[in-house]
Amino acid sequence: MARIDRIADPWGTRTPYGPGEDWPVRVDTFLKEGVSPQDVDRWVPTASILHSNGDGMDIAVKDGRMVGVRGAAGDRINRGRLDPKDLYAWQAGASPDRLTRPLISRDGALVETDWDTAMDAVVRRSRELLDEQGPGAFGFYTTGQLFLEEYYTLAAIARGGIGTHHLDGNTRLCTATAAAALKESFGCDGQPGTYADIDHADVIALFGHNAAETQTVLWMRMLDRLAGPNPPQVICVDPRPTPVARMAAVHLAPRPGTNVALMNGLLHEIISAGRIDRGYVDAHTVGYEELERRVEEYPPARVAELCDVPEELIRRAAGLLGDAERLVSTVLQGFYQSHQATAAAVQVNNLHLIRGMLGRPGCGVLQMNGQPTAQNTRECGADGDLPGFRNWANDDHVADLARIWNVEPERIPHYAPPTHAMQIFRYAEQGSIRFLWVSGTNPAVSLPELSRIRKILAQERLFLVVQDIFPTETTELADVVLPAATWGEKTGAFTNADRTVHLSEKAVEPPGEARPDLEIFLDYAGRMGFTGKDGTPLITWTGPESAFRAWQECSRGRPCDYTGLSYERLRAAGGVQWPCDQDHPDGTERLYSDGRFWAAPEYCESFGRDLVTGTPVEEVEYRFLNPSGKAVIKSAGYLPPHEMPDELRPFHLINGRTVHHFHTRTKTARAPQLRDAAPDVWVEMSAADAAAHDMREGDLAEISSPRGVVHARLRVTGIRPGVLFLPFHYGYWDLPDDAGRTRAANELTVTDWDPASKQPLFKTGAATIRLLERGGGDAPADRDSEAEPARSRTALADEEPR
Amino acid sequence: MNRIGLALRALHHGERGLAQDLLRVSERHVSEHEIHHVARDLSAWSQRHLRELAEIGGRYGARLGTGHALETGLGARLREKRSELVKHRSTPGMLLLHDLRHIHVQAAGVSLDWEMIAQAAQARRDTELLSLTERCHPDTLRQMRWANAHLKQLSPQVLNS
Repeated sequence: MARIDRIADPWGTRTPYGPGEDWPVRVDTFLKEGVSPQDVDRWVPTASILHSNGDGMDIAVKDGRMVGVRGAAGDRINRGRLDPKDLYAWQAGASPDRLTRPLISRDGALVETDWDTAMDAVVRRSRELLDEQGPGAFGFYTTGQLFLEEYYTLAAIARGGIGTHHLDGNTRLCTATAAAALKESFGCDGQPGTYADIDHADVIALFGHNAAETQTVLWMRMLDRLAGPNPPQVICVDPRPTPVARMAAVHLAPRPGTNVALMNGLLHEIISAGRIDRGYVDAHTVGYEELERRVEEYPPARVAELCDVPEELIRRAAGLLGDAERLVSTVLQGFYQSHQATAAAVQVNNLHLIRGMLGRPGCGVLQMNGQPTAQNTRECGADGDLPGFRNWANDDHVADLARIWNVEPERIPHYAPPTHAMQIFRYAEQGSIRFLWVSGTNPAVSLPELSRIRKILAQERLFLVVQDIFPTETTELADVVLPAATWGEKTGAFTNADRTVHLSEKAVEPPGEARPDLEIFLDYAGRMGFTGKDGTPLITWTGPESAFRAWQECSRGRPCDYTGLSYERLRAAGGVQWPCDQDHPDGTERLYSDGRFWAAPEYCESFGRDLVTGTPVEEVEYRFLNPSGKAVIKSAGYLPPHEMPDELRPFHLINGRTVHHFHTRTKTARAPQLRDAAPDVWVEMSAADAAAHDMREGDLAEISSPRGVVHARLRVTGIRPGVLFLPFHYGYWDLPDDAGRTRAANELTVTDWDPASKQPLFKTGAATIRLLERGGGDAPADRDSEAEPARSRTALADEEPR
Repeated sequence: MNRIGLALRALHHGERGLAQDLLRVSERHVSEHEIHHVARDLSAWSQRHLRELAEIGGRYGARLGTGHALETGLGARLREKRSELVKHRSTPGMLLLHDLRHIHVQAAGVSLDWEMIAQAAQARRDTELLSLTERCHPDTLRQMRWANAHLKQLSPQVLNS
């Protein structure tokens, strides 16, 4: 057993392995100072909640309190390993500033109240608005961090109870493009690949996916392959010198906003070299000829110019991709939050379709998620889709959902695509949404163009309900604040980015009067008296397990079939990958193994969209294009981004995450090790740009865009010249009240989104930078992008290879 | 000028109007972000069509401009400013529906013009003209569908609030 500081070394010690071998077990444990494993009363099973990887773990409980965590040795996802955030951030649960009582706005200030008063206020306003305006007055904005049972209940309340079209999650910011790209290519959401494909791959391509910081345990798996015999070759597409880039055989750092051009260039080379699986293309896809024609316009020389990437590197990357025998591709925010998001992500699917590399060991696409339970937001219909991957444009699907909910089909709005988050905020801005219920998220820091968002949320005419575990920049603006229980304080299931379902058990009591989100939603439904056709209650479930069973029925026969699961089964088996039904009692490791897709017109979740205009494809068109439900190869040309650098604002500005923090730091900044590892915002700039601006490491800089300004300390890194990077985690709750609004990266971001996935663009925009104050730091020097915090005794965790 | 030349001139006129109207919609609805950004992209399609039409028009005796002279500048900035100022009012919603409806009708006219020219090109086995229509006409249909889709999505909210 070794003790190491997992702040300084986020990935821990290597356990090398070769292709086709089992990934060795390494159990990571962190216990509160003074607590030893023998002291622990019980270990309560759950999975990780601070990223999308879904690592199995146990919470250590002593005297009714959390005292530590341990990775689950037998779990298929992590084999005992834990991400540094999971090692330390559980401590935040016991933080003294948790919300423990409901708050209500009285004379402009939030005051403590009881649950009855708070819920009465919510219900009274709901009834008034239903009478006055109808369901269109209501918006619900949820998260990617609640549990499956909670999303399903919320979807039933919003779509079947209130009957509003305006329900979405903050998953719109992290995972909407993953879902959109899967729907475009395969007719339905659902991750084709599995993490186990890493064990077999000979080439791993990470497209805009800094796995080393966002999915550290998956990166450990890749690092262990890289350290073992016959390692895979890594291709990295990222404008930053990430840890992934350092391990890559080829690192492409394209100009922000040019991913489609780059992908078309790679596909061009692979097609011209004849490295396609013609048999697979003919048997299982439609649309190949158009792709071939389209990418003809993207020879490497042109792409090199558009993307400002050496032609030679494009050829080398295409060579690796074309020669791969077992290719795994992963995609994340570098594509999803950038210009032409869906079009770019779809080209990665195309790469696998034309090479016939799907559904076999080592051959898989992983369109990733950002948040732990984002997949459930998608499948339960709490984002812009109907529950169970039902198609809003298919009347039979709507009728089927209405049957399950025992309501008339007309009750469930389906006259157009469900309203996406950015449009919900727009409706609130112009005053047609007058009731907004935000659960488990902090839009006042995480949405683009924060001055606008704050104004929208602060409107007198908007009744704002915020349900969360801490006071945040968003709760400050609420009319009613509902204190929620969090992970470890409630029971429920959730599903990670490779379709693995875990059960997360309650380990300790929530503080004060805080309640599980499910209980809050059920309470609202009860008070509102939502009923079905015959006057019986709409919501027939009363707790997590009965909610799970109701969801199983809703999922029956759909791609995300949960009917073969149960709490009992999940307790015994640990993580299981859906679909899990009678035909697949042990779950399903890889989708589309037989080249058959969920794309038949009568079964598919979506008829797709025009990748440039975002217009939904009509059923008739889809039937004509894809009558027998094959995979759809969709091509797209490159379009210049809407906001480009100019003389006034010469830099591309991108924002993103760091390994030590999650979302808006509500939990991670309340764990001392994580808080101290990355305590404040910084800006990254290349050495050449720093020299040109006479700026040095540690200087205080002012970064500005047409929307606002941010003040941040400079880090000089190997980032692509002409690009600035800001981490987006930092808001204002831990600053003095009189501090200016100059810390959150999203003060600067443009309000613009991908028309197909409706995901906002956090990685396309223009900015300028100037020196505000000398920092007295060293002369500019190339350094790694992530923090290099001092070694800390309090961060020592145990590592036990087995 | 022969009759195809006349038809190309009518089409050119329609495309120019569509390019201008899409820009105008973009300027008038700065606060409807998707409309604002995508309308501008779609206007660029019509501007490309104008260039292509100008290149081919001479063969049929039609001298057509390249469409550089679309109105921008001060008027555009005023429209954008106005849109920004009324972003928290609900009345621009009706104006938006009206504008989208207009784009759809305008694009439908342009689509019919492309249709007629494609038919004529087929009849006279004019492959160059036919391939021009094959390149451009699908864009027009996408412009129409775009306006239609936003009308479908927005009208329930605008008309019920």
